Amino acid sequence: MAILEVKNVNKRFGGLQALGDVNLSVEENSVHAIIGPNGAGKSTLLNCLVGKLTPDTGSVMFDGQSVLGRKPYEINQMGISRVFQTPEIFGDLTVMENMMIPIFAKRDGAFRMHAIESTANEKGVIEQAESMLEDMSMIDKQHMHAAAMSRGDKRRLEIGMCLAQEPRLLLLDEPTAGMARADTNNTIDLLKQISDERNITIAIIEHDMHVVFSLAQRITVLAQGTPLVEDTPDKIKGHPKVREAYLGESA
Amino acid sequence: MFKSGTPLTSLAITAGGLIGFFVLMIGLVGVNAVLLQTLDGLSKGSAYAMIALGLTLIFGTLGVVNFAHGALFMIGAFCAVTLSKFLTLSKEVVDESKTDFLGNPLKVNVPYVNDLFGEATGATIIDWAVPLSLLFAIPVMILVGIVMERGLIKHFYKRPHADQILVTFGLAIVLQEIIKFYYGANPIPTPAPSAFSGSLDFGALIGMDPNLIIYPYWRIIYFVFAALIIGAVFAFLQFTTFGMVVRAGMADRETVQLLGINIDRRFTLMFGLAAAVAGLAGVMYTPINSPNYHMGMDFLVLSFVVVVVGGMGSLPGAVLAGFLLGILESFASMREILDVLPGINQIIIYLVAIIILLTRPRGLMGKKGVMEE
Amino acid sequence: MFGLNKKDFNLFLIVIALTMLAPFILNPFPAGSGMAQFNAGYPDLMQRFVIFGIFAIGFNILFGLTGYLSFGHAAFLGVGSYGAIWMMKLVTLNVIPAIIMGVIVSGVFALAIGFISLRRSGIYFSILTLAFAQMSYALAYSVLTPITGGETGLQIKPTDRPIFSNLEEGEIGRANLFGLDMRSSYELEVGNWAFTFNTGYYIAAIVMILAFYLSIRIFRSPFGTMLRAVKSNQTRMNYTGLNARPYTLAAFVISGMYAGLAGGLLVAMDTQVGPERMFWTASGEVVLMTILGGASTLIGPVLGAGLIKYMENILSKINKDILHQWFAFLPDGIEDFLVTIVYPFIGKGWHLTLGIIFMAVVIFLPGGLVEGGKRFMDFVKRKKSKTPPSDESAQSTPAE
Repeated sequence: MAILEVKNVNKRFGGLQALGDVNLSVEENSVHAIIGPNGAGKSTLLNCLVGKLTPDTGSVMFDGQSVLGRKPYEINQMGISRVFQTPEIFGDLTVMENMMIPIFAKRDGAFRMHAIESTANEKGVIEQAESMLEDMSMIDKQHMHAAAMSRGDKRRLEIGMCLAQEPRLLLLDEPTAGMARADTNNTIDLLKQISDERNITIAIIEHDMHVVFSLAQRITVLAQGTPLVEDTPDKIKGHPKVREAYLGESA
Repeated sequence: MFKSGTPLTSLAITAGGLIGFFVLMIGLVGVNAVLLQTLDGLSKGSAYAMIALGLTLIFGTLGVVNFAHGALFMIGAFCAVTLSKFLTLSKEVVDESKTDFLGNPLKVNVPYVNDLFGEATGATIIDWAVPLSLLFAIPVMILVGIVMERGLIKHFYKRPHADQILVTFGLAIVLQEIIKFYYGANPIPTPAPSAFSGSLDFGALIGMDPNLIIYPYWRIIYFVFAALIIGAVFAFLQFTTFGMVVRAGMADRETVQLLGINIDRRFTLMFGLAAAVAGLAGVMYTPINSPNYHMGMDFLVLSFVVVVVGGMGSLPGAVLAGFLLGILESFASMREILDVLPGINQIIIYLVAIIILLTRPRGLMGKKGVMEE
Repeated sequence: MFGLNKKDFNLFLIVIALTMLAPFILNPFPAGSGMAQFNAGYPDLMQRFVIFGIFAIGFNILFGLTGYLSFGHAAFLGVGSYGAIWMMKLVTLNVIPAIIMGVIVSGVFALAIGFISLRRSGIYFSILTLAFAQMSYALAYSVLTPITGGETGLQIKPTDRPIFSNLEEGEIGRANLFGLDMRSSYELEVGNWAFTFNTGYYIAAIVMILAFYLSIRIFRSPFGTMLRAVKSNQTRMNYTGLNARPYTLAAFVISGMYAGLAGGLLVAMDTQVGPERMFWTASGEVVLMTILGGASTLIGPVLGAGLIKYMENILSKINKDILHQWFAFLPDGIEDFLVTIVYPFIGKGWHLTLGIIFMAVVIFLPGGLVEGGKRFMDFVKRKKSKTPPSDESAQSTPAE
């Protein structure tokens, strides 16, 4: 069953057709990669899924409900979490606080005025946060300021924060961009583990073919705002259209 | 034709709105009153426009929100005060030809300039103290600007905007207190040259009946002066290599730096230039309102509103908004308007600012994403 | 204790002790001695310490936690004052309803202004709040004269007959708490020292202690964490399913209500109000207080408020003669020289000192006095714990 269904999505920026008739369906509990050369519209598509942009035409259905016209926080509350290209975390807060915030959001919704209760008394939330930090193997860093950590740790923390919300769909925007090889491999292992152990569908935008082919069960190739092919990794590898899109017309 | 959200659209909307507004006002209060108020608005707006221009230059080039810019305006005004005090420095001499009421020879104060240039020339020089102060103010203001940038602002490029606001706010307090210490708290009258002290019959000039539209000479001069200064700044940015580099730097600082151009030194000079513009605006303003130590702060609050209305980082926007708000303010002060909406003259600028900020978040001509952290 | 952790509880106890013993602490010099002019233990000034402390604590809930820099907070102080004085003029001279009225009025006002201003962030927010405050000031000064008393403001007049009062003919109503006059004081003389215990001060001090307690609770609550998250990263906030707007609006309204509380208390103390209370310089002052003491710290704003009010009232009273007295032991030339140097910074020039201190704090001590204190304590501790060889001590100095 498809958990995310994108139909005939178009998006123009002035004279530029960023997305043209994009159709995409992501199966539940799969890892689906979206690849394509620079400027293919990958990020635009992602932004249309999370409510940062609204498509000009078309529909985006998540689990049978339309996400269009909803604000990013509403879409997140529906069960879509997003990991950014450069880690977006709460740099001024401690790692522990970073981890508690999504758990509060999951429990209390988009807004709750809990101004008198003490954070220290929220035992349930603290336990959950601790166990997630254990899973991310960063419990020893829980009192650190998040901004003081290495980039790889920030990425782990961000992924952990997204997982703490127990989303149904996890969107990742080039999660290994600018990472050293070792960090990249760690991230691949982490994502593999997530897709194996948790009931989470993963959609990933990636440049690094090593990452894509280690993880994805299905791959959509985007070029100039339109999906070229959608298939399994093995088929994609030898596909002439894909080679053409990546290597230019002459190939 | 126009895509929504471009400066051109807002220009079109503004122009359309202005024409409609003027037609409406002419219908309501007549041509004469409208002309008079427009003149008044342009001269009021001149100061806003010049200060806002400098603020925007600094913000656009250095990315710094300068709360001390009003203080620069004030320092300019006190350059004029200083020069006119200096020129009237006198020695006491005994005038044998005259006697006081007791029959003794009269003691009179003779300014030193009279000794140097003779009596007639000396008197003229003193009379023209304010325009002469322009020459004095230019080097002083550029120096003040450069010292300020190198000594303080430079260290705040990488700090948050809130810190920049706070430190320049502190500097503004310090500067105005220094002026207060040396010049006292009371306004110091600094008159215009006597040749310009009267009023111009503007109506007669454009072929209408005389005595309908009468407006003080000096305010008209102030407007013309502002137009010249603003024109000069734009021409400088448009037609010189220096200006081109600065504009490129405003658009994309890092790339310009990658080209191996020492943009920092140019930006320092830009700061000096912005300070000079504010200072000159202050010099010429002294005959309109006697300068006092807090005049800078009074103008600063309004000038910031002007900058935000014009669109943070847009030079034409700052100028446009300066004159527009000046005109609106003077129309709002008309009796006919006040009878209907009492007190509107006190709040019109803020009201417009609030409406613009809520409907056009980036101001009239602002660029996307500036200062929104 | 009281739902506070040990560290916060100790801080709370210190604040209680300081405020309750303020009449002693602020009057360390015997009356009539040369140093008596530095005594700050008189009711009027002590009241201002705690009332502006409340104002700054409230401002810090907005600025310190969410990072939204309001440049128009004095509007809420003013509106609260107007609400309170009308309550006293019309209904009762008891201060409690008046203060409550001040809080409610400014809360509603803050809700309206916050709802609009918080649609923008960064400097746009600052300008919007500034514009609203200046509008309020201009209106209070001119058109709204029937409600605000215009330039002269509002006072309690002999003709005011509140409903719940039994004033005699021509008697001017005085603010009270169930019959306890705000202005009544008890004088205690010990040797050469004179201490004043003023009813109004103690009521204001108790209110400040409560306000301070509430702010600790807010800082340590999940709500407080959310507010700091707003300051830290709004993008992540949005993509974590949290709506930042109601959080910031709640902080804005709470902060406005604190300002209204301060405004109401000011009226309870001196039963008068004027529009200058809303002028933008008053808004700037609370910004100075908070930054000077230490934004986003608990105790910082209170310290900042105290320091500025102390300077305003004590430093500004020193004049040239007093300076000459101080330096009288020096040879004449040096004495005159020193007086000339120091003179611009005191008396009417106290704003200059304030400006310089403020700039120094922003430049060198972004954490304010609290951070300064912390660094000093670290320094002392390091000295105490060991006397390290010189090369090591050079290394351990923070490279900032």
